[in-house]
Amino acid sequence: MRDVAIVSFAQSAKARDQRNEVEILMPVVREAVKASGLPRTEIGFTCSGSSDYLQGQSFAFVGALDAVGAWPPIKESHVEMDGAWALYEAWIKIQTGDVDSALVYSFGKSSPGDIAEVLALQLDPYTVTPLWPDAHSLAALQARAFLEATGKSERDLAEVAVRSRRSAIGNPHAVVSGEFDVAKLLLEPCVSSPLRAHDLPPVTDGASALVMVAGERARKLCARPVWIRGIDHRIEPQGLGVRELARSASTEIAGAKAGVHKGRVDLAELHAPYSHQELILRAALGLGESVDVNPSGGALASHPLMAAGLVRIGEAALRLMARDGDRAVAHATQGPCLQQNLVCVLEGD
Amino acid sequence: MGERSAVIGIGQTKYDAKRIDVSMPGLVREAALAALADADLRWQDIDAVVVGKAPDMFEGVMMPELFLADALGAAGKPLLRVHTAGSVGGSTGIVASSLVESGVFERVLCVAFEKQSESNAMWALTVSTPFSVAVIAGAGGYFAPLIRAYIRRSGAPEDTGIRVAVKDRQNALKNPYAHVKIPGVTFDQVMASPMLWDPIRYLETCPSSDGACAMIFASENKAAKSPGKPAWVHATAMRSEPTMFAGRDQVNPLAGRMNAQDLYAKAGITNPRREIDCAEIYVPFSWFEPMWMETMGFAEEGQGWKMTYEGATALDGDLPVNMSGGVLSSNPIGASGLIRFAEAAMQVRGQAGEHQVDGVHKALGHAYGGGSQYFSTYIVADHKP
Repeated sequence: MRDVAIVSFAQSAKARDQRNEVEILMPVVREAVKASGLPRTEIGFTCSGSSDYLQGQSFAFVGALDAVGAWPPIKESHVEMDGAWALYEAWIKIQTGDVDSALVYSFGKSSPGDIAEVLALQLDPYTVTPLWPDAHSLAALQARAFLEATGKSERDLAEVAVRSRRSAIGNPHAVVSGEFDVAKLLLEPCVSSPLRAHDLPPVTDGASALVMVAGERARKLCARPVWIRGIDHRIEPQGLGVRELARSASTEIAGAKAGVHKGRVDLAELHAPYSHQELILRAALGLGESVDVNPSGGALASHPLMAAGLVRIGEAALRLMARDGDRAVAHATQGPCLQQNLVCVLEGD
Repeated sequence: MGERSAVIGIGQTKYDAKRIDVSMPGLVREAALAALADADLRWQDIDAVVVGKAPDMFEGVMMPELFLADALGAAGKPLLRVHTAGSVGGSTGIVASSLVESGVFERVLCVAFEKQSESNAMWALTVSTPFSVAVIAGAGGYFAPLIRAYIRRSGAPEDTGIRVAVKDRQNALKNPYAHVKIPGVTFDQVMASPMLWDPIRYLETCPSSDGACAMIFASENKAAKSPGKPAWVHATAMRSEPTMFAGRDQVNPLAGRMNAQDLYAKAGITNPRREIDCAEIYVPFSWFEPMWMETMGFAEEGQGWKMTYEGATALDGDLPVNMSGGVLSSNPIGASGLIRFAEAAMQVRGQAGEHQVDGVHKALGHAYGGGSQYFSTYIVADHKP
């Protein structure tokens, strides 16, 4: 495998951004490219992740090409997935030897529609979508299965939310942050039992972008490049009845393939849109109490859908660049109840 | 290029206006199972799955690969979903091949599909959003002015498009999977068909189809163990450019020309007309055959129509084009690019039945999408690169 490093990362996240997707994306891409030190014309490959259904328009990603300056024409691809999988495709492209560097970006606005209802369109269109189960309700089914299987309580979930919001203090991209009291939060009504508002991801509009470079050149561009030491992703069947919801089998495989256990983990950015999912993911990846989980505040503090997984990788990379640790795990998810998961192991140079 | 990659399995569904006999999982499984049978493999032999399709609004399911994962035997495996507009079928094949070329996987299944009967493509292409300029025209309305510009520039005879349509529709009669089949189709019949978007007539345009196509890419090691003849990937290329800006040449786009340069450079080809034995090109409207012949360097600029006129692109010509009947005859949009790639590989493997061209050693597959701005192409051959 070729050594590939992340050399820059940029993001934007707001509760409700009045700008359109290209307007949100343009400064983010510009910042990531500028911070990489790589001239735009020398970027070998570009790959993006987004969803037409968030923009309410077919070929929504086509307009985003305007944000990256695809002229003269570029080598480019797109996945209808979270940006973390765009990073995966770009990493694969670099492994083929065709290119030595890549720009990866992703974007999504969740605010124009009712995102929990929109996500019901991801389900089996013949038998499940017609029942219109919203995303929060499906997550609540999983949370209930998790609580029953582990003996944990709603208080444990609220503690995840309180810690996440506290960690998000000082994160300019967090849309929810601050000091909260577990007991007070537990007095709030359930949105979908056992989940309360603090257990859910906040509606967020945003974008993220990063630049990856292979080999020695990364060291010339970045004071401390962050090497991708392992990356893998796995999917499960979607039907909730055929999955063990209290654990994440696909994350377990991806974590093992990515080599999470090959060294000490200093910090982890886990893409857990719902509080109980952080606990499921910690167990799936075998992360102990010593690991600093979601120092950015995670997806409970800011959740630009389609970009949030790539944000996890970027947040972890920025911390390693700043020498807040030497080895990190970043995780991304998509699909109902952690259906599909990507795990990436990062090491600072 | 890293590791060698070869096509060892190909499967197609019957293409039709409405495949109401199958669900979406049934449709993709039909193609995937055919590809597995072709390669004499089982689901557990597959390391990773790549799914491609055009806009999700064509079926009304957001990221449908999530609910299709089960039907595609992807449980516990990596699954990627590619979407690069109309070129997506080609890009899906390229991503699958790159998973092998990277050395990470040894056997990768890719499936591209569209089940247009689940929704309405014309609607899906014309939804306007509050922030953007809408092109309320569908694909035909968008591309007709580009064809007019091509005719004006090249001085091509007005009946060039009709000749392409007759040729492709005759080829489709030899393809058991083709959707539109018009036995005894004639020049006069195409000419007399209604004018939809001048100069595009009804019989010069592609249908809306349901269908899926699957291919299995394998490493050199696994290809050696495969019972069939492998089609070796010699080169792949992808290029994109923005949709609109002043001075953009949409008739012969720079992204298309650069894509061809990338492809030929990687494959070591200096004279594509002579070195490539046949080509499956994405031609959704008949006139795009001569246009892409020029972009792909098979003809000089302004001369592409002569290839059609002289019969060079016919099944018995010196560069047969769209032996399968092309997009004009079957158009499950998201799959259309991969069908081109599959047909090129079938020709190399000698699997094309009645539409097989004799002595094919090297073939080219081509797809484009968006406003003539996304290009995905590859070259396969019967010998290792």
